[in-house]
Amino acid sequence: MTSTFRQTVRANLAKPEVRANFYRAMDGLMTRRLDQFPDKAELERLRTQSMAIRANALSKLPELLETLEANLTRNGIQVHWAETPEQGNQIVQAILERHNAKSIIKGKSMVSEEMGMNHFLEALGIECLESDLGEFIIQLDGETPSHIIMPAIHKNRIQIAKLFHQKFPDIPYTEDVDELTQTARRILRDKFYAAPVGLSGVNFMVAETGTLCLVENEGNGRMSTTAPPVHIAVTGIEKVVESLSDVPPLLSILTRSATGQPITTYFNMISSPRKVGEKDGPEEVHLVLLDNGRSNIYSDPELLATLRCIRCGACINHCPVYVRIGGHSYGTVYPGPIGSILEPQKAGLDVHGELAQASTLCGACSEVCPVRIPIPSILNRLRYDGVRKDAANTNTVGSGKRRTLSEAATWKTWAWAATHPTIYHAGSTLATRFKGMLPTNLGAWTTVRSAPKLAESTLHQQVKNLGVDHE
Amino acid sequence: MSNTARANILARLREPQRPDCGFNERDYLSRYDWDTAERVRRFTERMVAVRAEVHHATPETWLDVVSQVCAAKGLSNLLVSPETMLGKQLHAQADRFPALKTYDQPIESWKQELFYGVDAAFTGTYGGIAETGTLIVMPSADEPRLMSLVPPVHIAVLEVDKLYTTFAEAVQAQGWVQAGMPTNALLISGPSKSADIEQTLAYGVHGPKELVVILI
Repeated sequence: MTSTFRQTVRANLAKPEVRANFYRAMDGLMTRRLDQFPDKAELERLRTQSMAIRANALSKLPELLETLEANLTRNGIQVHWAETPEQGNQIVQAILERHNAKSIIKGKSMVSEEMGMNHFLEALGIECLESDLGEFIIQLDGETPSHIIMPAIHKNRIQIAKLFHQKFPDIPYTEDVDELTQTARRILRDKFYAAPVGLSGVNFMVAETGTLCLVENEGNGRMSTTAPPVHIAVTGIEKVVESLSDVPPLLSILTRSATGQPITTYFNMISSPRKVGEKDGPEEVHLVLLDNGRSNIYSDPELLATLRCIRCGACINHCPVYVRIGGHSYGTVYPGPIGSILEPQKAGLDVHGELAQASTLCGACSEVCPVRIPIPSILNRLRYDGVRKDAANTNTVGSGKRRTLSEAATWKTWAWAATHPTIYHAGSTLATRFKGMLPTNLGAWTTVRSAPKLAESTLHQQVKNLGVDHE
Repeated sequence: MSNTARANILARLREPQRPDCGFNERDYLSRYDWDTAERVRRFTERMVAVRAEVHHATPETWLDVVSQVCAAKGLSNLLVSPETMLGKQLHAQADRFPALKTYDQPIESWKQELFYGVDAAFTGTYGGIAETGTLIVMPSADEPRLMSLVPPVHIAVLEVDKLYTTFAEAVQAQGWVQAGMPTNALLISGPSKSADIEQTLAYGVHGPKELVVILI
């Protein structure tokens, strides 16, 4: 049986335009990141420091979340907790209903994608408008992001020009990037002006001061969090850091790893709703903290490292698999290496466990990761959890669900043969002798490759012929 | 629902044994040793690289620079606080500038004009960061948040003695934690931009299309 994942991959591999778009973008991003770290020792020092900041925050996670909540509340920001995406959506819905809001304007938020918030609210008759240029483009086309920081990276200029012309026929056709951008500016400005509620994600939450930090270039994040009378922020529970002084190194390595910028245009630190005497900013600020499987990941000392992620996307930009199959092939909110470890843990190995297999384990992802997440080790661990017999011994969702009788039997037979010298020798000698009769069709492997050919004689025979004594 | 969710999440996070990661010292301060001239040079270089305009001026000449910038850009009006020290000086010589507007009422009562009728805004800054070419802006009742965001041109003054080497240094030297964080604090490094279409940089997406920095 061919899985949905495999079918999508096959379909996307057959789209040369999309593949070319990814190749061009990823090449540029790799070069730009490299340019930002001319001093290798400095990079390694910063990575170690950033890893320590995130590991420290995770080691005190429940306490820091309580401190954060206390400080945000003291500052006048309302904190909500959600165990599941459904609960998160209901919290957002309740806030909107209280304000009788029929629409929201959204800054970029991957957690809202995780919640399926747009669909949920649209079913209630509430318009959700994405205001990040990339998100705006894909929303026009009814798509989801194909990259966590560059959501429309799979489209080229011409495709976007055609899309704009189709959706806004009154505006003259143009392939000029500046003109396309100005069109989006004009359309969205009216929306920022009128929106009753703005929604955003969060990059870092500072427990010490009760501050929400947002990283962005366009200003749509500032607009969404400042112009409407209500601001709702949604984020995962792991995004907290202990102190304000933890933020500068993380910001520095985040923007450089992500897009090769020394810093983004805007770094926005929000600590309170509009105070008495202030003339703008939202009257109400809400924070929704989403668990959605994170506390389960937290329970495993090895998998815990997954939660260090600061969502820079460097692992995605450097992944040889991602660049070929593209972000939509994964069929998940987070694509690429981080998606391949995060999504199976969240949804279960039975649902997305196959993503852990879709890796060459080349290690590029962990080499660039600013917080040193050992992605290949975690991929291996998830592969093991998927097929392990003692599923009860691990908290990973869907453990053992990928175990098949035939695969287990094959390895069991192999282990038995390999630990019985007589059998092993007889087997390898037979295989060498009758190698011409071995099958050339080995399933998926041989659809794109030739089957491996056995040598004229076994290694043992060759060693013996060379006169090397085993003792 | 929310309280149960909170209790459940915290209980789950408390259950596993948590490793002590032995991270107590925070030594993030700059390893750079840049003097004022070097900080100004680096700041200017970074700002210009992201298409911001940087002008060097003195306490005697900065008003001339603002006036020239307004003329060069053909601005028909300028939003300036009449309450800040710099704003007062500007208002005192109002005839040298385009029509001066003031943000003297809550946004609700003049949103339409701010969004569609203001050409440019003038603000002070809380400081700057040389390493990244960044302005530190802490909006206030006199200079509200949307001033540095909605008008297409943002003109800002940065006093060179508040130009720090790194972000970490600014946070420490200005005692942000001790002072308590304001409603909104911003780092601004250039005019609004995006590379969402084919990785091609386009300026002026949602925020100001032009950022003018005057160093005093």
